[in-house]
Amino acid sequence: MNLPIYLDYASTTPVDPAVADKMMQFLTPTGQFGNPASRSHVFGWQAEAAVEDARTDVATLIGADPREIVWTSGATEANNLAIKGCAHFNQRKGKHVITSKIEHKAVLDTCRQLEREGWEVTYLEPDSNGLIQPQMVADAIRQDTTVVSIMHVNNELGTLNDIAAIGAICRENKVFFHVDAAQSAGKTPIDVEAMNVDMMSFSAHKIYGPKGIGALFVRRKPRVRIEAQMHGGGHERGMRSGTLPTHQIVGMGEAFKLGFENLAEESARIEALRTRLWEGVSDMEEVHLNGSEDQHVPGIVNISFAFVEGESLIMALRDLAVSSGSACTSASLEPSYVLRALGLNDEMAHSSIRFSIGRYTTEQDIDDAIAKVRHAVEKLRELSPLWDMFKDGVDLDTVEWAAH
Amino acid sequence: MAYSDKVIDHYENPRNVGKLDDSSKNVGTGMVGAPACGDVMRLQIKVNDDGIIEDAKFKTYGCGSAIASSSLLTEWVKGKSIDDAEQIKNTEIAEELALPPVKIHCSVLAEDAIKAAVRDVREKQDS
Repeated sequence: MNLPIYLDYASTTPVDPAVADKMMQFLTPTGQFGNPASRSHVFGWQAEAAVEDARTDVATLIGADPREIVWTSGATEANNLAIKGCAHFNQRKGKHVITSKIEHKAVLDTCRQLEREGWEVTYLEPDSNGLIQPQMVADAIRQDTTVVSIMHVNNELGTLNDIAAIGAICRENKVFFHVDAAQSAGKTPIDVEAMNVDMMSFSAHKIYGPKGIGALFVRRKPRVRIEAQMHGGGHERGMRSGTLPTHQIVGMGEAFKLGFENLAEESARIEALRTRLWEGVSDMEEVHLNGSEDQHVPGIVNISFAFVEGESLIMALRDLAVSSGSACTSASLEPSYVLRALGLNDEMAHSSIRFSIGRYTTEQDIDDAIAKVRHAVEKLRELSPLWDMFKDGVDLDTVEWAAH
Repeated sequence: MAYSDKVIDHYENPRNVGKLDDSSKNVGTGMVGAPACGDVMRLQIKVNDDGIIEDAKFKTYGCGSAIASSSLLTEWVKGKSIDDAEQIKNTEIAEELALPPVKIHCSVLAEDAIKAAVRDVREKQDS
C-alpha cells in the first residue's frame, strides 16, 4: 500500500529511530527495567540515573534546572497540573484566571472545570493574526488574578506569541504565568529565565519522542507551588505520584536532546520547505494564509482555499495526510473554534487546511503536495456553486440561504 | 474518515456537473444549504413539455458525501417525471452510497434540493 505523504507533524511525529533504540534498552530482562524509586539495589539505581539524565536533557532545552522538571503523562496532564494545581494552591489570594480563546482543549477544558468550581476565567480574543498581544493580558489582570495561561505556539495556526513580554507583565503584577509549549519545544528557542515563565508544559510526541509522556517545568526561584492532581507515593517532589516510566522518560530526554542539537539547522530547513509550499499555492486565486506572516513557527502553515469545502478537499487530497479546520471532520457541525476566534467567517473556516512539516519531509514531498493541492482545488472549484457565484460577481454575504 | 468507493467514484468521475440556463421556463433550480453549515447544493433540472426531466446538472460545495449525493441524484432524475423525481427519498440515496450515520444529512439535503428544483419549475410554469 502506498502511504500518503505525511504532512501532519503538528498532530504527532514518528519516534526518531535513535530515540526508539535508546528506549528499548530499558524494557526487557536484559535491559534496565528497574523501578527508579527502588533505592536498595542496582536495578533501581540504574533506572534512576537514566531518569535524571533525561531530566537534564529536558531542562537544557529550556534553560532550566533539572529539579524544575516534573514528569507527566503528556502535555494535557501538564496543563491540568499547572492550571488546577496553581489556581487551587493560591485560591485564598484570588479566584480569577486569564487564558485565551485559542488555547488547546487541554487548557480550555481545565479552565471550564475551574469555572464549575467557582473560579472566574477571562478568555482573551486573539487579534486577526491569531496573536495574543501582551497589552491584552495587562488589561485583563485584576487584583484577584492568580494564573495566566497563554500558549507559546498555536497548534492550528503555527503563530508564535511574545511570551517574554507577557511574562514580564505577569511578573510585574505578581501573577503566575503558565505557558503551553507543546508545539514550540525543539522548534524555536526557549529560555524560561528570559521569558519570565513560572510553569511550562511539554509533550514528547510532538518532537519525535513517544506518546504518553510529557513534563511540566515548575520554577524554583522564586518558588512556585502547586497542588498535586495525582496522589500516591509522593513522586516528583510530591507534585505527581506514580512510578516513573523509565523507557518513556529516556525517550523524551533523547528526543529533547536531539531537538536541542538540531534546532537551528532543522528549523532553517523546515522554514525553507514551508516557504516553498506557500509559494507553490499562493498564486492561485482566493487563497489565504491564516495566522501571522512573520510571527510563526517554521513547521505549521494554515491555508484557506475559498469556495472549496475542507472535508472534500481532504478527500481530494487523500494522498496527503493533513488536517482540516472543517466541521465535517469533527463530530459537530461547527468549524474550528480557533479559526472562528480569528474572525474568519464560517465558510473560510470550513475551507482551511493545516499543513505541518517535519524532520522527515523532503523537497519532493512538498513539490508533490503542491501539485496535488492545485489539482484538487481546481477540480473542486469546478464543482462548487459558490465559486460560480463568486465568478459571476455575486456577493455571497447578501444571499439568503435556505438552510435547515 | 474512510470514504466508500461509490463516494470516491462520484468525486473522481462526477456526473452532470454544470449549469443550466435559469432564465428558461423549462429549467428549475433548487439551491439548498448554507456556507455556514459547510453544505450548499445547486440542482437544476430541464423539464420537457410532458413533464419529463430531460437533463439535470449540479454543483455542490460540501464534503465527499454531499457531492456524491447530489451527483447520484442527477443520474436518478434523468428520464423521470417531476412527480416521480419529487418522491425520491433520502434513505434511498444514503443506502446506495452506504453513507454512515454522521453523513445522512447530506442525503437529506439532496432530497431537499430536488424538491426545491421541482417546486421552482412548477412555479415558473404556473405563472
